[in-house]
Amino acid sequence: MKLDRREFIKQAAIGSALATAGSLFPGISFGSWNRLAGGPGVLAWQKTPCRFCGTGCGLLVGVSDGRAVAVKGDPNCTVNKGLCCMKGYHSVQALYGRDRITTAKVRKNGTLVEVPISEALNLVAEKLKETRDTYGKDSVAMYGSGQWTIPDGYVASKLFKGCLGTNNVEANARLCMASAVTGFMTSFGLDEPMGCYEDIDHADVFVTWGNNMAEMHPVLFSRMLSNRKRRAGVKIIDFATRFTRTSQAADKTIIFKPQTDLAVANSICYEIIKNNWVNDNFVNEHVSFHKGKTNIGYGTEDHFTFSDSAETIDFEAFKLFLEDYTPEKVEKISGVPAEEIKYLASLYGNPSLKVTSFWCMGMNQHTRGTWINNLVYNIHLLVGKISTPGNSPFSLTGQPSACGTVREVGTLTHKLPHGVVMNENDRQMAAEIWQVPVENIDPKPSYHTVEMFRALDRGDIKFMWIQVTNPMVTMPNLRRYRDGALKDDRFVVVSDVYPTPTTDVADVILPAAMWIEQEGMFGNSERRTQHFAQIVDPPGEAMSDTWQIIEVAKRLGFEKQFPWSQDNYIEPIWEEYRRFHTGPKHEMAPYTVLAERSGVQWPFVDGRETRWRYNPAYDPACKNDKDFDFYGKKDNRAWIWARPYEPAAESPDEEYNFWLNTGRVIEHWHTGSMTRRVPVLHNAVPSSYVEIHPEDAADLGVVNGELVKIISRRGELTMPAQINGRGVPVRGMVFVPFFDESYLINEVTLDAFCPISKQPDYKKCAVRLEKA
Amino acid sequence: MPIFSYLAIPKRDARKSLCEELSTLEHCQVIPADNQDVVVVVTDTPDEHTEKQLQHTIKSLPSLQSLSLAFGYNEKLE
Repeated sequence: MKLDRREFIKQAAIGSALATAGSLFPGISFGSWNRLAGGPGVLAWQKTPCRFCGTGCGLLVGVSDGRAVAVKGDPNCTVNKGLCCMKGYHSVQALYGRDRITTAKVRKNGTLVEVPISEALNLVAEKLKETRDTYGKDSVAMYGSGQWTIPDGYVASKLFKGCLGTNNVEANARLCMASAVTGFMTSFGLDEPMGCYEDIDHADVFVTWGNNMAEMHPVLFSRMLSNRKRRAGVKIIDFATRFTRTSQAADKTIIFKPQTDLAVANSICYEIIKNNWVNDNFVNEHVSFHKGKTNIGYGTEDHFTFSDSAETIDFEAFKLFLEDYTPEKVEKISGVPAEEIKYLASLYGNPSLKVTSFWCMGMNQHTRGTWINNLVYNIHLLVGKISTPGNSPFSLTGQPSACGTVREVGTLTHKLPHGVVMNENDRQMAAEIWQVPVENIDPKPSYHTVEMFRALDRGDIKFMWIQVTNPMVTMPNLRRYRDGALKDDRFVVVSDVYPTPTTDVADVILPAAMWIEQEGMFGNSERRTQHFAQIVDPPGEAMSDTWQIIEVAKRLGFEKQFPWSQDNYIEPIWEEYRRFHTGPKHEMAPYTVLAERSGVQWPFVDGRETRWRYNPAYDPACKNDKDFDFYGKKDNRAWIWARPYEPAAESPDEEYNFWLNTGRVIEHWHTGSMTRRVPVLHNAVPSSYVEIHPEDAADLGVVNGELVKIISRRGELTMPAQINGRGVPVRGMVFVPFFDESYLINEVTLDAFCPISKQPDYKKCAVRLEKA
Repeated sequence: MPIFSYLAIPKRDARKSLCEELSTLEHCQVIPADNQDVVVVVTDTPDEHTEKQLQHTIKSLPSLQSLSLAFGYNEKLE
């Protein structure tokens, strides 16, 4: 960077004025000032959502000489109002790791060799066509991610479902948000939260259900803490299976035994009814009661199928069902003292308190994930605390576009951008917009994620294209799926930005553009669509995932469906996709509006965003002239479900006597493939560990840092112990973060899943420990 | 060759017109805040006389409420 003396003095003058303004007017921003863009030694700032988690914090990225060199929070973004977490502040460094994949590679005679990307794309198209012609349309599959941009997922779905005729499209959001989706669909008939982050500024009580928000959603947690400091009487209740940083900040921590949240939620409902805290007007007007099948299995066997059926019941039947869940009975199941259950019920039941419940992986990665989502909705519905500011059952997402790309675009086997493949009208709509014959779209879903990797192992799937995700670290019961991917006649394509255990099994590696090296959109937890422009150039031959798919589609002869030029494809893709959501229930903002703002919430109708759905004061889709309109269900009511407690797929026994729980740490994003290349984040937590209760560690004879062998029925792993660290599990439980590819904890976990959502349970399986 | 920077506060609802008026002035750079009625003004003039004239012109703008000096430097020509 060259700067002459005079320019230096001028920059000092500007800096002094900005600093003076900052001290006189706290919160003042000059972010949109684009001074001498591209010039030496000066920064041009551009907006983008953060790509590390589902909160959707707005960032301003500073660029100098074509390189992203600085990050600050975007004060114009209502999500974070200028605040970031440590991953956000260091996010741009993840672009510049020394081992970025910048060229395509093809495996020849067992060795990966560099080739021009056009040659690699030719091979991908040839192999895809050859496999499909030889083994049938369902022998090829696409596996994407909640980190896909919306255009990435849209073109993947269009190519595979619309053009190639297979529903073999899945995304890793199946592993993190599927239970939230089925929870919403079964309780409300429509996906995604009714509330928004503004609920945090109104609620009196926050209950975090198995949710370590202090580490997983730190910016939202800070907003909760700030509200508690500013407003009298605000409480945070941490309902958890282990002590975490959330516990340290909470007003109260209530510990329950794994899986028994089901029983406690029912017990809260029992207490609400027993104490006459039911909001009768709300329930009579807006709620109906139902029950489904029980003893529904765990999906650990290949070809497992399950289909629920709803039976309508009445309030009295629901009340009778809850007789099994008195606080005293549930205390014996859950380990939660009856008094604590009554206390929780009193918070929800007190009509003068506004209550927001937050959850994420603890409730979703659960073999009864759909049920526990239903049960928390039951609590809010019984007391009518929903769809109003501060009263919100709020399912948080883990990934930046799990909502935008996977749930809204529908990159799951049964989904279409609007509706499901099983519905003829939805297929017709897709065929018309995609300009394909309606017969192309198969009305039968094929494989959900776990079954898709089982199919790859069995050989039912021969070709798989993986983008923006790292399944060879994240799949539960991992060894089976890695061995399957390595079988001789399987062909695996991986698009990624760094080498990972997944690129290790690839036959073709495509260099991908990362985040702000391409234009795109994400959709966050609160129905907010966030556009970002291409801010810097991708390295080498790296190409956006969207354009990689388009290149292959063109090679397969689908130019008509993918007519766009590389100079301008995001805007026309968005405008085509937006047609799927026309109407007041899901209207999306036009491209020009998205490009201007730091995110827009849908439904976006007549220029207005919708903050609380189902409430006519905010939601233009409400039509029934009542105080709420739950228009997602045909009976225009929200559904309360009688769902029992059922045990986990695998619980500790005499041979395997510990629970294994897995998860994340604040410093690292998912498998660490990006954040471990950011020096400050890597140095903060350089390797994984197993958290053990100090008394269990003493029984085992290990001290901090000593090696412990974790053994399950699937595999074993030896790693260092952490005792009294940031997280402390209860006796009889261990916790392992999964960010470190040197310690593949998923070789130990179990591939059991919720039979309704098909989402695996990473929080519960049985292991035993040995001092290594 | 003086270089000065100021914080300019516009009169009520006059932020846009202040920025427009300042932008028309020679030797004058304008950096408006995104979220407050505050404008950073940087002047880079060839001599003291020009600087004083410019300062006088800025102070006379009808949309300006107040002008506060934040930084000043005067490099004398040898």
